Amino acid sequence: MQRVLMKGNEAIAEGAIRAGCKGFFGYPITPSSEIAEYMARKMPALGGVFVQAESELAAINMVYGGAATGSRVMTASSGPGISLKQEGISFLAEGELPCLIVDICRGGPGLGGIQPSQADYFQATRGGGHGDYHIIVLAPSSAQEMMDFTMLGFELADKHRSPVMIMAEGTLGNLIEPVVLRDAVTEFVDKPWAITGCRGRQPNIVNTLHMPVELLQTRNQHLTKKYEAIRSEEIRSEEFMTEDADLILVAYGIMARIARKAVINARQLGLKTGLIRPITLWPYPYETLGRAARHCKAMVSVEISTVGQMIEDIRLAAEGKVPVHYIGEIGRTPNPEEITQQLLAIAEREGLR
Amino acid sequence: MSQEQQVLFAGFGGQGVISMGQFLTHLAMHTGKEVSCALSYGAEMRGGTANCLVTISDEEISSPLTENPMTAIIMNLPSLERFEDKIKPNGTLVLNSSMVDRLPQREDVEVLQMPVNMLADQLGTARVANMVLLGAFVEKKGLMDIDQALDYLEVVFKGKKESVIAKNKEAFLVGVEYARKEWK
Repeated sequence: MQRVLMKGNEAIAEGAIRAGCKGFFGYPITPSSEIAEYMARKMPALGGVFVQAESELAAINMVYGGAATGSRVMTASSGPGISLKQEGISFLAEGELPCLIVDICRGGPGLGGIQPSQADYFQATRGGGHGDYHIIVLAPSSAQEMMDFTMLGFELADKHRSPVMIMAEGTLGNLIEPVVLRDAVTEFVDKPWAITGCRGRQPNIVNTLHMPVELLQTRNQHLTKKYEAIRSEEIRSEEFMTEDADLILVAYGIMARIARKAVINARQLGLKTGLIRPITLWPYPYETLGRAARHCKAMVSVEISTVGQMIEDIRLAAEGKVPVHYIGEIGRTPNPEEITQQLLAIAEREGLR
Repeated sequence: MSQEQQVLFAGFGGQGVISMGQFLTHLAMHTGKEVSCALSYGAEMRGGTANCLVTISDEEISSPLTENPMTAIIMNLPSLERFEDKIKPNGTLVLNSSMVDRLPQREDVEVLQMPVNMLADQLGTARVANMVLLGAFVEKKGLMDIDQALDYLEVVFKGKKESVIAKNKEAFLVGVEYARKEWK
């Protein structure tokens, strides 16, 4: 089993190539730029397309065009750039065009800073653009998963005819770890809807304007059914030491690993802690969290954000059964030792020690 | 090395701090370990602070970050000021004495000093300073067999000029010798 050292960002790019991605359209921004760099080096020789567009708007609309032809295509950016792409993402959702959008998050709002963050959670999971839609959001937590989830992302995008987002922190984009290179994908689903030249068949049209009321309603009902199917088939999460836990942490991405270490540390200090890691941020594992809320005494959201974003989903899942606490900051990735200390303080307040 | 080890490399941009971490990461991976290398640096490429944290373990690595590493390789004075208090008790501080003109105040850590820049200058190029230190560190901690490490350096440097590879190997061995003589 050959292992290669890669930055998380490079693992995404290599994973995309192995998933059969034929077009990358982007505009560079720290801390995501290694993805574009890698694709620029590799794509031409592989017969693919790399375009450094004149802007994020242009890049996302190139994704729209590329996806409409049935090719696997992608873009990558960071918070401010993803904001600019939101109009295009809304159009991709309505056009039901499969594609991969990568957000390597940095601090915000505004131009913010280049330091890692998870502050794009609302934007990613609530549909950052206009209209009635969702996109599937995957949160990897290692360089290996950056590759694996990229490949999974393309598969889910084709399966459900939907944009898929990879959301990861700048920390993970820059983390160097051994990666097992996966076999290249050789089988792809048929896309009879794609615009490929209509000689011998009826023309295919990709369009997002539906002026007649009935047409708009039919379209939105169709999308709603699709989101129900995604909810029933694609929710993914992991649990660690939750069975007997009094205090359950909820963390995703790189923070899930750091929180896991904090759980191990806190257990050594006699505090019964556990961890739930949402892997799909949309659809969210509400049921898993809800089950946990029935037997634990309190939950804690651990995020790289100051206002607290995922905590709202945890509260929805907990349905008021247990208090939900918050540990979060921005500008740096918290260390496990700090989280353990804050857990001890929370346990004190909750009378758990 | 059965337990998880976390090693911090810190200095300013241009000293090869990140490269040192990456070399150790490569060497650890080639000996079959689990390894993770977290980079931290500012927007500036040269002159700013740079550090990276390498975690090496026999098992899957949970957190690639820590507040309190067991070992710190300190290449300049600002890094000593910043990280001295963070090292775990009974941990190790490796100091580049060419750039750090004071000893740590901590008494509960092992201190290993080495005039890294001077040794590199004797080799004719300051650019291999990081390899001198890495050689000494690998030898002192018994992280791997030295011949094996030299073979892996060939792999890490693949594609570079023969003379560059030879110079880096030479620097690595100077470090190994230094550790054998001075850090017994």
